[in-house]
Amino acid sequence: MPDSVRSLTLAFFLTLALAGCTPAAGAEGTPAVPSTAIENKGSDTMVNLALAWAEAYQAQHPGVRISVTGGGSGTGIAALINGTLDLANASRQIKDEERQEAEANGVTPVEFVVARDAIAVVVNPANPVDQLTIAQISDIYSGRINNWSEVGGEDRPIVRLSRETNSGTHVYFLEEVLRRGDGDDTTLFSPTTLLLPSSEGISAEVRQNPNAIGYDGLGYVTPDMKVVAVSTTAEGPFTIPSADTVNAGTYPIARDLYIYSNGEPEGDVAAYLEWILGAEGQAIVTELGFVPTAE
Amino acid sequence: MREASWSEFVITRLIRGAGYSAILFIALILLFLLREGSPALFEIPLTGLAGTRWYPIEGHFGLLPLIGGSLVVTLGAVLIAVPFGLGTAVFIAEVAPRWAREVLKPLVEVLAGLPSVLLGFLGMLVLAPTLREALDLPTGLTALAGAVLLAGISLPTIVSIAEDALDAVPRSYREASLALGATDWQTIWRVTLPAAGSGVLTAVMLGMGRAIGETMTVMMVTGNAPVVPTGVGALFAPARTMTATIAAEMGEVANGSIHYHVLFLIGILLFLISLAVNLIASSLVFRQRKRAERILS
Repeated sequence: MPDSVRSLTLAFFLTLALAGCTPAAGAEGTPAVPSTAIENKGSDTMVNLALAWAEAYQAQHPGVRISVTGGGSGTGIAALINGTLDLANASRQIKDEERQEAEANGVTPVEFVVARDAIAVVVNPANPVDQLTIAQISDIYSGRINNWSEVGGEDRPIVRLSRETNSGTHVYFLEEVLRRGDGDDTTLFSPTTLLLPSSEGISAEVRQNPNAIGYDGLGYVTPDMKVVAVSTTAEGPFTIPSADTVNAGTYPIARDLYIYSNGEPEGDVAAYLEWILGAEGQAIVTELGFVPTAE
Repeated sequence: MREASWSEFVITRLIRGAGYSAILFIALILLFLLREGSPALFEIPLTGLAGTRWYPIEGHFGLLPLIGGSLVVTLGAVLIAVPFGLGTAVFIAEVAPRWAREVLKPLVEVLAGLPSVLLGFLGMLVLAPTLREALDLPTGLTALAGAVLLAGISLPTIVSIAEDALDAVPRSYREASLALGATDWQTIWRVTLPAAGSGVLTAVMLGMGRAIGETMTVMMVTGNAPVVPTGVGALFAPARTMTATIAAEMGEVANGSIHYHVLFLIGILLFLISLAVNLIASSLVFRQRKRAERILS
């Protein structure tokens, strides 16, 4: 990480040096209109954040055009591997196979941690359950617990909601919650888990269905859902996710959010990443309900 | 003269080429599907493909839940759409006064142009919650919600084609029937509908084809849980269709991986199913025509 930051800074100064040479090129008659386009794609968790970054940055740098699209972490990384993307947003780390595929394709993904995110477990406001242990959540999603009465709620069937399997949030939840970080555990989501294609799908169902349980990035939780307090042990303490509890390390389901660039970033891409990691970019992170990288 | 015959030669060839190109395109599509999908058959044992668990990121490639999901949703849609569609077609063609007919027919055709993602949105926010409360289900995101919306999507096709077929039945048939003392209802049920039989059947089949292939709406409202359907209860539970699976997963998958090949294998299955539906439809129509010829001769 410090390594990539150093070369990022280097690239940044190189850009400045190069920028010093551009007036000659500009004199050839190209007016100062959008000159560079940065393609940014990936994690749906991060799409609002990436859009906010892009808007703020473009307002300050009229010469840069940044197009942001979602689709899921896997989608972004796949596009990076295929060489059609400058920056891939990912809510999970790149997998070893993906890195190998990329290298076979002549692409070297370089990793930047750009923000942190807590995954909130949400239920309908009418649901009396307000705290769950990781073990209970794991049992619910793997199909061992099927009724809310088993975890202190009403006698109602549990409807499990999840993002699709191309979502980084899905993979993270599987590894860190269902399997509790145990690499040899082969627990799977119950086949009756509803796999919804969007965050909006999950929040729409949680808002209106008292049977539902869902999970999603903290930035997507709206006031009309109830956030469940989570604990690693049955004794507690049960913690509600927030910027403070994530940075203090007390909320157990938190993760880093990444941007992967195609090779060491150069020029405008490097400047953009530098800006994201700087004070302005991190202020936007806080604004959107994510947690800034503690540095 | 020479000029004219030369241009005629070119035009004939062009038209013939355009005609054959349809066959060529289908053949190319099939070839592409086979090339990308058939490796899956060698990479995964058949017992794996016939499994009941679909969880591709961990190497579970059982296709049964997807095939079952598509069947349940499509059959549900047909069961809802056919009575409604034929009823509407009969009303428009036989019963409605002229002015109502002139309003209804274009309206039905407007319905056909409605973007399906819009219907999916309505389904997610309105239909699913309503179904859950009305039928006391754990969740409204079920195969039934998908079937209702697909019925809505295939209705315009069914109504429009069936109405055309009813319209094409000669007036003399109805007049003869009425002259023999049959009531309006008897005329419709015993004379007009059977006479338009092949057209009506085509309408149903094309509507069904529309339903099998529809993706977006289904993905938004069926909950996409890959459960193998068992019995009628499956209609009231979440389901994952083949089309929604391809749409949801194609974006993430790495070119040439097993998962990629399996998604194309699902594509081949969809292709074969729609081919079968079309073949059945045309063979039924053919048989009926022969029977009609026998009767008339």
